[in-house]
Amino acid sequence: MGARIRSFAAFWYDFVIGDDWLVAAGVVISLALTYALSRAAVAAWWPVPLFLVLLLPVSLWRATRRGG
Amino acid sequence: MGTGALFIAVFLACVVEAVEATTIVLAAGTARDWRSATSGMAGALAVLAIVVVALGPAVSDVPLRGLRLFVGALLLVFGLQWLRKAILRASGHKALHDEDKIFAEQLATASAKARRSAGLVPDWYGFTLSFKGVLLEGLEVVFIVLTFGANARDVGLAAVAAACAVVLVAAVGVAIRAPLRRVPENTMKFVVGIMLTAFGTFWGAEGAGAHWPGSDAALLVLIPGIAVFALALVAVLRGNPAPAAERS
Repeated sequence: MGARIRSFAAFWYDFVIGDDWLVAAGVVISLALTYALSRAAVAAWWPVPLFLVLLLPVSLWRATRRGG
Repeated sequence: MGTGALFIAVFLACVVEAVEATTIVLAAGTARDWRSATSGMAGALAVLAIVVVALGPAVSDVPLRGLRLFVGALLLVFGLQWLRKAILRASGHKALHDEDKIFAEQLATASAKARRSAGLVPDWYGFTLSFKGVLLEGLEVVFIVLTFGANARDVGLAAVAAACAVVLVAAVGVAIRAPLRRVPENTMKFVVGIMLTAFGTFWGAEGAGAHWPGSDAALLVLIPGIAVFALALVAVLRGNPAPAAERS
């Protein structure tokens, strides 16, 4: 039973988070920052593109360093 | 979002998933038993149809802003995963997706298993191999159809695009009974990664309360901008070959 639950959790982790948890964490942080800025009534469209530009090279660098 | 862009994004993403599912069904049918493989495929398609019927109306009823935040975040995570792999493949840091190789591996594994019938299914292994392959790839198709369709408030058009992709790939697969090696799968994955990332960025930020300069026209900057950025990363990585690169 425990093995099945672990296998189920591993499937969903792989399906949603994938190879690099940093990407998922960055997406959540950037959207939270966007929400906070929008509540403060200032321009809030830029955090997600900024995180994208920062995250993708870092994630690629991590992948090439560890070979996966 | 224009209906053309919706159709193209869903169609391309679903072609990629359908090619992968077709390879598994072909391997199950060739190595084991065609009746069991097609039964497994039909069973998986029935489960997927139930999922669409159950979730479709529910997703369409969710308030647009909450839907865009949730779906945008997921699309962004998925899109970045696709784009990351596509960049690694294009730059030589990861082996290219090769349907011939995958087909040969599936064939070898399937041929080695003992044959066992169960009920009306002549070969249980062939049935489950086909069922699991179609169900897992199909879940991604369902996700793409529901999220893109619900966000654009046109689930019907997204479903038509997905159906066109699946029927086209399945028809070609059945006709040639061989892996679809001529489909430019790696290039298509690169394009789909760019589109998922762009739409995820747009919808995610909108759902979180942002207003894009130029409204929907921001997508016309985001899509080419992400494409250029991804190509630049490919060029940079090509100049820095890694010794123990990602290979699977």
